[in-house]
This record gives sequence, C-alpha cells and structure tokens, in this order.
Amino acid sequence: MAGTLVYLETHGGELTKGGVGLLAKAAELGGDVAGAVLGSGVRDAAASAGAFGASTVYVVDDEALSAPLPQPRVDALEAVVRESGADNVLFPASVLAADVAAGLAARLDAGLNWDLTDLRFEGDELVGVRPALGDTVLVDVGWTSTPRLALVRSGTFDPVESGGTAEVKEVAATFQDFSTLARLVDHLQEESSGPAIEEADVIVAGGRGLGGPEGFSICEELAAALGGAVAATRAVVDAGWYPYSAQVGQTGKTVSPKLYIALGISGAIQHKVGMQGSGTIVAINKDPNAPIFDFADVGVVGDLTQIAPKLTELLRARQ
Amino acid sequence: MSGVRPADYPPPFTSAEVLAAPTDAPDERIDVGILIVGGGPGGLACAVRLGQLLEEHPDVRERLGDVPVAVLEKGKQPGSHLLSGAVMNPRAIRRLFAGRIPIEQMPTYGPVHGEAVYLLTKGAALRIPPPPTMMNHGNWIVSVSELGRFFAEEAEAGGAMILPETAGQKLLVEHGRVVGVRTGDKGRGKDGEPLSNFEPGVDVTARITVLAEGTAGHLTTAASDRFGLHGTNPQIWALGVKEVWKVARPLKRIVHTLGWPLRKRARYGEFGGSWIYPMGDEHVSLGFVVGLEYADVELSAHDLLQEFKTHRLVRKLLHGGERVAWGAKTITEGGLNSVPSLLNAPGLMLVGESAGLVNVPRLKGVHYAIESGRLAAEAAFAALARGEVAGRPGALDSYDEALRASYVWKELGEVRNMRQAFDKGFFLGGALASAMTVTKGKLPPKELRTHPNAEARLIRTGRAAAYPAPDGTLTFDKLSSVFASGNRTRDDQPSHIRVETRVPRDLAEMWQWMCPAHVYEVGDADGDGTVQVLVNPSNCVQCGAISAKGGRLTPPEGGSGPEYTLT
Amino acid sequence: MKIAVCVKQVPDATVHKRLDPSTHRLDRSGEGALNATDVNAVEEALRLKEAQGGEVVVVSLGPEKAIDSLRKALAMGADRAVLVADEGAAGSDLVATSRVLAKALEREEADLVLFGQQSSDGDGAVLWASVADRLRRPMVSQVAELTIEGEGLTGKRQTEFGYDVIAAPLPAVVAVSDAINEPRYPSLKGIMGAKSKPQQIVALGDLGVEAGTVGAAGSRTVVRGVAPPPAKSDQVRIEDDGNAADKIVEYLAEKRLV
Repeated sequence: MAGTLVYLETHGGELTKGGVGLLAKAAELGGDVAGAVLGSGVRDAAASAGAFGASTVYVVDDEALSAPLPQPRVDALEAVVRESGADNVLFPASVLAADVAAGLAARLDAGLNWDLTDLRFEGDELVGVRPALGDTVLVDVGWTSTPRLALVRSGTFDPVESGGTAEVKEVAATFQDFSTLARLVDHLQEESSGPAIEEADVIVAGGRGLGGPEGFSICEELAAALGGAVAATRAVVDAGWYPYSAQVGQTGKTVSPKLYIALGISGAIQHKVGMQGSGTIVAINKDPNAPIFDFADVGVVGDLTQIAPKLTELLRARQ
Repeated sequence: MSGVRPADYPPPFTSAEVLAAPTDAPDERIDVGILIVGGGPGGLACAVRLGQLLEEHPDVRERLGDVPVAVLEKGKQPGSHLLSGAVMNPRAIRRLFAGRIPIEQMPTYGPVHGEAVYLLTKGAALRIPPPPTMMNHGNWIVSVSELGRFFAEEAEAGGAMILPETAGQKLLVEHGRVVGVRTGDKGRGKDGEPLSNFEPGVDVTARITVLAEGTAGHLTTAASDRFGLHGTNPQIWALGVKEVWKVARPLKRIVHTLGWPLRKRARYGEFGGSWIYPMGDEHVSLGFVVGLEYADVELSAHDLLQEFKTHRLVRKLLHGGERVAWGAKTITEGGLNSVPSLLNAPGLMLVGESAGLVNVPRLKGVHYAIESGRLAAEAAFAALARGEVAGRPGALDSYDEALRASYVWKELGEVRNMRQAFDKGFFLGGALASAMTVTKGKLPPKELRTHPNAEARLIRTGRAAAYPAPDGTLTFDKLSSVFASGNRTRDDQPSHIRVETRVPRDLAEMWQWMCPAHVYEVGDADGDGTVQVLVNPSNCVQCGAISAKGGRLTPPEGGSGPEYTLT
Repeated sequence: MKIAVCVKQVPDATVHKRLDPSTHRLDRSGEGALNATDVNAVEEALRLKEAQGGEVVVVSLGPEKAIDSLRKALAMGADRAVLVADEGAAGSDLVATSRVLAKALEREEADLVLFGQQSSDGDGAVLWASVADRLRRPMVSQVAELTIEGEGLTGKRQTEFGYDVIAAPLPAVVAVSDAINEPRYPSLKGIMGAKSKPQQIVALGDLGVEAGTVGAAGSRTVVRGVAPPPAKSDQVRIEDDGNAADKIVEYLAEKRLV
C-alpha cells in the first residue's frame, strides 16, 4: 500500500480546503503521505501542507503553471508521480482537478475512479465508494494496476491539523508542446454579494407561501444568519417576486447544499428535482399535507412568518 | 340542495383549436401515404399490417410516395404513454403475426396460470367464483408499454416511419374530407410566445388518416363532432391508477377484486375494482379503476389504490417489495352503444379505443385495438389498391363492414348493457349483469342509457378521511408518484389543459382530488362563492380524466408527459 | 471547418432497472437516449457550421443500437454519424474509452472536437481531458460561451472562483456546459431525413485498435460491488406550538449544521 500522493490546489496563496481535507484521509489510509503543489510562486503554500499530515511535499514551481489550466499540470504531475513512486494519487474534485486527473490517466494509462465519497483499503486493494443512480446505490470501485487515481467529491473530508512539518522537494517538469497552447486571457470575478446558489452550503428557499415579494426579506435575513444563499421556486419567479437567477428546479438550477430550508414551498415535482440532492432538508409550511413533507428531513407545520424570524434571531444569538 | 354539475362549467375551448384547413404552402407540407395518429397497439397493428400488404404489392407502395406509412406518437418513444393491466386475449396478435412471429417470441409474461376473484370488505376477502366474463384461461399477461415498443420495431421493419415526440394538434379538413394532421408547435413559452428554439408544427398530409389515439383522443373528439359520428349513447370513462412492484415472492395467479374500498350504494356512483397480475416471478402489476360517473368531491383514484394496498390481502403480497413504476390512464367504458355510428369518414378511420372498442365486463381492449387496426389497414389498402380517392364518402366503408362482421362486434353486443346496469348500485347491477350473460345480451329488451360523466352532481361525504397517509413504503403521495412515472415535462410551456378557472369550490376540489398527478389546486376564494383553480400542467400524465369531468385535455408539446416503460 | 462531436447514448433517465428477461422475452436493455449535454454540444457545432460552413460529424462508442440515439443528432442537422460498435470495446473504462475515441477522431481530422460536459449516467464525465491528451491537442472544458475566429477559439468558462476566458489555437478539444445554448428541436423533416444520412458503424479493427488494449481487458478500473446507501435518518415532524424555532436549532446543532 505504498505511498499516497494528494494533489493540492492553491487559491489566493493558500491551499484549498478540499485538498488538505484529503490529506487527512490519506493519513488515515496509512503509508507515506505526500502532497503535490503545482503552480507559480507556491512554495510557501506548499510548506503549509506539513501541518495537515503530509510528510513530503513535491513542488513544481513554474511560470507555465501560473494560470489555472489543466494541461501543463498533467505534465508537472506526471513528473511528480514518477519522482515520488506513489501508488495512489488522490484529487479533491474541482473544475481544474477533474481535467488534470483525466489527462494524467491517459498519460500514464492509469485507472481513474471519480465522484468518490469514501476510500478504504481491503488488504492491499484500494476500494473507492461512488454513489450512483441519484445516490440511491453505493458502488464499490477498484483499480487493477498502479498508480491508482481517485477523484473525491469536494468537501467530503474535514482537514485535521497534525502540526507536523513537511519536507519540500522541488521537481522540474518538461512541458509538452500542446500543453501550453491554451492560455488564460482574462479572469472575471463573480459579481454577486452572497454565494451563488450552486455553490452555497446553505440555501434558504421561498415559495408561494411567503405571501408576496416582501416575504423574501424573511428568507434573506435567515440566509444571512446562516451565511447562505436565497433561492426561489418557479411559481414565485413567474409571479415576479424574485429574480430568475435564484430559481431552483427543473427549468432553474440544480443545487445540493448541505442544508436546504424551504419556506412556504409545497414541493412541486419540478422543484424537487432541483434540490433533492440536498444534505438536510428543513421545510416550514402551514399545510400539513404539503408534498414537501414527504421528503423533508424536518417538517415543521406552522406559520413561517412567526417561525422563520424567530429562527433567525436564535441563530444570530448563537454567533 | 342539489350539487354542482361539472358540465355547467365548460372549458374555454373552440373547435378552431383542433380543426383547420392546411396552412403550410404545398411545398412545405410533408406528404405521406397513410398517416396513423398514435403509437399504441391499434395504430401500430395498422402500420404492421400495411407493411405486410405493401410488401406484397410494391406497385401500390410505389404510388404512396417516399413515406407510404407514418405514425405520429406524442410520447418520448412508442410505449411512453401506454398503460394497461394487462391480460390480453392473444387472438388478434396471433392473427396479425401469423406465420411470422409466434407469440412465445413476443415480449409477454406468459399465459395466465390461475385466477381468483375476491369480494372485499375492509377487513376480509371473500373468494367468489369468477363471473363468466372474467375467466382468463388462455389469455396472456403483458405490459402494453413493452408491447408498444415491440410493435414499433416491427412496424419500422415493415417500412413505417415512426415519428415520436410529435403531437397531432389539428385535424386538417378540406372540402369536407380529412386530408391529414397538423403537428404541434415546439419551443413556445408559457404565454405562447416563441422561444429561441421555436420549431413550428407542420401540415402532414395523407391520403388516409387513421386515428388511433386511445382514450379521450384530442383529434378523435373533434372528428366525431365534425362528422357527426356519435354513438347512440354518450361516451363515458373510468380512471385507472396503476403501480408496478418488484416483489419478494412471486405471485402465481391473477387476482381481481370487487367491493371495498368502493361503496356499493347507487347514490355514490362508485363502480370499479382492482387487478393484481404477476409479471414474471419478480414483478407484480396492480391497479385500481373507478368509473368517472362518481359523485363524491373527494373521490381520488390514486388514493383509492393506496387505500386498497393497505388491505391484508394486498399488503401481504407486496410485503418486502418495492414500487418501481406508477401511472394513470382513463378507460373508455361506454361499450357498443357509445361506439361511433360510423368508424370512417371521408379520408378518416377510427381504430381501437378511439373507436370505443373496449369490453368492460371482460376487462379487455388490447386485442380489439389490434384487430381493428388490422381491419382498418386492409380496408385502407383495398381502397388505395383499386385506385379509390380515399376522400370519397363511402370509400372506406368496407372497414365498418368488416368490423361489424367480426368477433369484436359480436362480443361487444353481448355485453352492451352490462356496464350501465351498475348505475343501479353494486348488487342490483350484478344481478342484471348475470341475466345479460345468461341470455348473451338479449336481456334486458330495452337498451340502457349512459349519462355523461360530467353531468353527475357533486356530493360531499367526507370520503377523504379514509385514505391512508402516505408512508413512502407501501403508500405514496401523488407527487412522488408523478416522479415515478418518469414525467419530466418542460414546465415553461403553454398550458395544454383547458378548464374554467373560476368555479364553485366543490368543483375545484373535485378536480384536485380526481387528478392523480396533482395538476389542480384550489386557489383563493373570489368572494362571490367561486374559487380560483390553479393548474400545474407540467405534472400532467395525460390520463384524460379532466376531459370526462368538465375540462378538456389537449396534447402538450411532443415528448412531454410520462415515460412509462413497464406499465 | 470540420467539427466532430463526441456523443453518447445513456440509459433513459426514467428507465428503471430492467426486468430480468424471463424466457422468450426480447432483450430491452439497450433502451436509451442521447446524453442531454451532448445535445448542447451538437447544437453548438450546428451553430458554428451555420455561421462558418463546414461539416458536423457525430462520433460515438457504444452498442449497435446506439445508432438510434445518434439519429437524433442527425435529425437536428449533423451531417453524418460514426459509431464504434464492437464487442471487444464493451466494458471500457476511461483509459480504454479514450483510446478508442482518440483513434476514431484521428481518422476524422476535425478542426474542433466537442464534448458535452455532463453525462447523466455518471460515466465518461471527464473523457475530454483524456482524449485531448491522447490527441495531443489543446483543451478547454466547462465552456459556456464559445467563439471561433480565424485559426483560434476563445472559450468562457465558469470555475469555483469566477469566470476564466481561455484562448487556444485550432485544432482543439472543447467540452461545453449546458449553459452554452438552448438546443433546437429537430424539425419533422429533419427527423424524416435523418435515416438516409450516412451512418457508419466501425469495428476496432477498422480503427487499428488492438483487442486487449480496450474493453474490460484494457481497463484499469473495476466495479467490485453495489450496496444500498445507509438509511436516511428518520424524518422529524414538528407541529408548531410556539417552540418550533428552538427545535429546529436543536436539530441543526445536533447535526453540526450550525
């Protein structure tokens, strides 16, 4: 079960949470744990991986890696995998990491399993767990050769600070001619103030039961108290109570936050398909027969205009 | 005080929505030989038989152009909108594929091995001898959805062009004859505005148009009105809700039940029953059917099925199992006296349920659809082969003649008054039905009337209190059921459901309970005794009940609605 | 410009696990549909062709009956279809699938190879990156806006940290997201004409792919087993008696959600 290499990404000069969380999982699996940090001017960030369980960090620091583009990273990571001799290469899922992992799989003729929510060893065999069919079954997946590449769902594992230090090893990479053809020409920051609903960990969604557009202030305050985003059903978007960009459902966005609070939403099928992947669903509705109660984890029968503001107040008080 | 009559609140609907002359320029039209509307057993049997005949007579096929036979199907694929029990009499399908495909090679679940009929009360099940009409020895168990896909493959292999996701929106009538069908637009927004991917419908012209739309057909209703084809009795319907379960232990025989949870007294107008059929060793099909002449505001076929499943007899069968499919559909129940007076008009033929060919006491219709499709094909072919102008009145009369001479007509004649007898309540109806069976329909001497479903005056009896709360294991709510039907209808298209949206509360609530797919919701009161009816058309599984009970179902954008595969 | 669109037939989203075909029953296991995001890729290819001329070919790997799904792309307006159908390719994982597709694409010599970003059956979700590496072409994924000018392309993509605008010279590989366009409906004439468009079914041998390097034998991953997920914790029902908010907070705190 020799070494495990964790592909780490940086943002704003720091390692991203998904990567350091995965280091903790790698440590739990046993064997040597190393990190790989690829970028330009990333040596400081790389050194910080030691605090999360990496004994070695391989760094490819190169101007060719300054933009968040996958193909030069495939070249760099190929060099690191060869240098480290790792049997397992773990990736925390991101737009960039998925492309790097798949490119590396082709390059090394290595097996890649993705969308994993857990990893374990059975003897010498690494086993990944992948939810399938709308998370209704769990599939155990394996590899028939090394290195084994694994792309893990983001946010699956929490970071554990071990307080250690890592040995930083510089690796030089040679870049393929085609790898550097694509280039970043512009970067635009997200404009919205709160988190976008697709990205938010917490969503407070409002439906017809809010009574009118002014009812959304209840949602907004609760969302602010939870650090979440506000979403809406098709019915209220149609009615002009809230902008389309916040619509969750079949013709809106599909979301899967950790917590979804539904205020005055009956639970039409088109809404359900957009949010059924949510971790925990709390529904407040005055109609005890509202269909949403059939798939909510917590169903509260009552007047949302009373309950939700009180909830906001209680949550604020906890902070 | 007498209750509200749904018929007094007619839907906003005009025949111009469904009848028109061709509008596309001649070179933009799609011209086919024979156009069949509806990819069910009737329409596809017609296509299969035409394929056989045209193969034998290439000269006739030549005359029919590039596309001799086309089939319009509004569902995602053939079978998507097909739902039935079903135990099929194999007579018609054997005849259609005689010498080509033995029934053993068709997608069926084999012949019926045994059967039982129970009269249920809430706490007990009394096994009774099957009435003669309900004996199923020699019949085969099928999923019509699976059968539909099989038929479609055979029809295609025979040269028919199947056009799924395509709704027949308007019947094209010119100079008093049917000249084809205009297909539905795609890509319209909620208010009818064309979206960026708008794709207008097109005039599909044909020598002969065969309507095989099944229950409560959109074009069939229009054609009956336009050409005065109504039968002597008004047409009536029942609503069936069905589930398919994966079961822990195989069911060996087919089961029918009568009685509970329906109430027997005539004033409730509750006629119906259930079926439970094995589908191989692993699956079971079960469903509950109730006639739409019922009066109770709170009657819900979906919830009756849920209630039915809580009966000890059923619960035992399903224990340890899992629901894998759900769907709903109406069944044409008027019988022979509601069959159109003529099954052809200039350029037009009606087959299967579009022609009202359902034997309610025998719970059979699939084989009539196949047989009528086959006979329609032969009549159409004969007319075209002898160089007839199919639009000439009478040119297709040989279809009516052949059908009237067939076993379909004879069998329907024997039971033609049986369904109506149950207007008189369960026991009196049962006695009358027995008399009819013994005399092969000679009794009673006088024909019995049917009354339009929408004319039943509504009553309230607190019916809903008996329905079980959904537990997500044995019993289910409507919305998760709609989900199980595979319905992924685009929810920003124009509403395809025509109902009066300001009605008395009783009527709005009746629709809300009636609809198995939770399409109707009771909205705010208007202050004048009426309420708003809120419509969620994208939930619709196109069962057709609303057309029987005071509204009008039209086809939504092609490809919408349920995607049945096992039903 | 020649555009190749890689598409895939996926099990229809609504199809439940197929019944075990008991004796004498037709095998229906192949019922499927064109993967939804692939339809966006086809649409984008058609728009580029309409603006600049050229040819659109759809390329797929799958069982022979997948040709039914490819026909939808032809009905929309694609010019021809190439389906690699070979028993030897059955069970291919990412490395094996990308090997076959790359070979099929090499033959086409397209200026632009398009993929749809998501696959509804969860397989092949990162295929473009593997294929691009094998083809040695620049690649941009998650593209929500695509422009082609002269010899190069510009793609705007959404990432966790905002929008990136990326330029690359042709030939290139691009994966598009479903936000890129609203696919057209095939016209009835298009549907009727699709059948007579060129549809080529090729075997591994035709592509020069050696048996054993693809299919289950050429794959590096395996499925070991399937298990049901842990049961969802019991649903909690609260009737508000004035303390509902407290109970919600209690619940959320217990679940470490606040």
